[in-house]
Amino acid sequence: MISPTSKLKSNLDRDTSSLISKIFRLNKLGRRILSLIIFFGMWQFLCAINFQFLINFRFLPTPIEVVEATWDFFQSDPWVHFRSSIIRVLLGYAIASVLGIMLGILIGAWQKIDDLLSPPLELLRPIPAVAWIPLAILMFPTAEAGMIFITFVGGFFPILISTIKGVESTLNDTVLIRVGQCLGAKSWHIYKDIVIPGALPSIASGLVIGMGNAWFCLVTAEILAGRYGVGYITWESYVTSNYPPIVMGMLLIGLMGALSSWAVSRLTLALMPWRSIKKQDA
Amino acid sequence: MQKTAVHSQLLTQTTYGLVEVQDLSVIFRDRHKTTTVLDKINFTVEPGSFVCLLGPSGCGKSTVLNTIAGFINPTNGAIFVDSQAVTKPGADRGFVFQQYSLLPWKTTSQNVELGLRIKGIKKAKRRELVCEYLNRVGLYKHRDSFPHQLSGGMKQRASIIRALINSPSVLLMDEPFSALDAQTRHMMQELLMEIWQEFKTTVIFVTHDIEEAVFLGDRILVMGVNPGHIKEDIAINLKRPRHIDDTLTPEFTQISRQILATIREETLKNMDC
Repeated sequence: MISPTSKLKSNLDRDTSSLISKIFRLNKLGRRILSLIIFFGMWQFLCAINFQFLINFRFLPTPIEVVEATWDFFQSDPWVHFRSSIIRVLLGYAIASVLGIMLGILIGAWQKIDDLLSPPLELLRPIPAVAWIPLAILMFPTAEAGMIFITFVGGFFPILISTIKGVESTLNDTVLIRVGQCLGAKSWHIYKDIVIPGALPSIASGLVIGMGNAWFCLVTAEILAGRYGVGYITWESYVTSNYPPIVMGMLLIGLMGALSSWAVSRLTLALMPWRSIKKQDA
Repeated sequence: MQKTAVHSQLLTQTTYGLVEVQDLSVIFRDRHKTTTVLDKINFTVEPGSFVCLLGPSGCGKSTVLNTIAGFINPTNGAIFVDSQAVTKPGADRGFVFQQYSLLPWKTTSQNVELGLRIKGIKKAKRRELVCEYLNRVGLYKHRDSFPHQLSGGMKQRASIIRALINSPSVLLMDEPFSALDAQTRHMMQELLMEIWQEFKTTVIFVTHDIEEAVFLGDRILVMGVNPGHIKEDIAINLKRPRHIDDTLTPEFTQISRQILATIREETLKNMDC
């Protein structure tokens, strides 16, 4: 005997379970869009109910206010800000990549270079970008160079450390190195054909993290800026207590950081056609 | 067509293939203790012969091979390949590893080609040779695959020709088929036999599988433990070419049984201490 209520309940169960299974059957893009909708929806909702438990949402700009601020921002001339920020980040990041990979390979491969370079680098590594501002002003002739230096600081260390680790672990793979040796390889071929390709996955993740970190340091860098930059707008809005543009600046930096990290990870994947990445449920 | 091409390469080969191991001792020292892995090993491998090093685990058979390859330096004694003392690894001693050892970032043909590229052989010549060798072991179809797309047997076939394409004096093989399933292993053993009979390269083959050693070898060096030493030197006079069903003949089982007794004795000795 099935009672009417239990029948109703099982219908309800079937509805919710079919909703959940629909969500799981959404394709990758669908799931990703859904996650953003939930995120912004939650935020708007928490502001609307003046949520106040441990975290206070009462004074926070709502997503709608942020959209309005963004609309205003795009009505003025936004590209000059984007352009200045992007150029600073990319230049700092490019220098960080070249130096980080080169030094990383040298430090990873030779103990003497490791001994000579690592102590000062390890000393400098934990210093946050913001602490470099006064020195950046003293060391560089222009504010522009100082800002590039600060984004460089953000990107450099993750790239350096990942490169060192990648090179060290490949060099410690006895079989791979022996393969090269008994094919007659001298240093040059051991590095070109074995150590560097073997370290590439690790270098690539350093490059992705470094890209994110360079954007991470943008607001800090653009404290030095006179007029332009997305980070500059964020900082200036804080100084003038204008909150919606702060959140807009934060989100724009997040967006550009995410996009450029994605681009870097696609580019590095293209360099490693032998890597096929599968997740558990894929 | 292809077979003659491979033969023509063989004729131009100038290497010879004599391996002499003289009074070889290897002692590993660390802070707490010294371990004598190999104690005064002596043997000579004639050019073109197929010698199996057989023994229970821990008898140092891989250490012998690694010392010939130049990966490990002898504590005492010396090794000569074609009268040249071995001091470091080199392309004159090809090596096939137990683990799959193709470089994951190179395709099959790039892996096979690597030794020739290191030697500085011209691209056209390289491509021609790589084609021949890939065809010989049935991998031409898979020339552009990456190692993770190949089966275990394919990977080891590629490893074998990667070493052979350098025309080494001696091919050193360290339990190359131990990770394969039984059927694939038999196929690989037969393939290796055929290739060896074509190339006549000296082979030193390490294994712990008695049947494999008897099937493949002209001669088996049975090793004992504590410390590693050569216990018996057995010539296998079974006719060639051998086929996998020869392993079922009384002759074959007779030899295997005799070796089994020796190895059991050594394994038990190892368990006592």
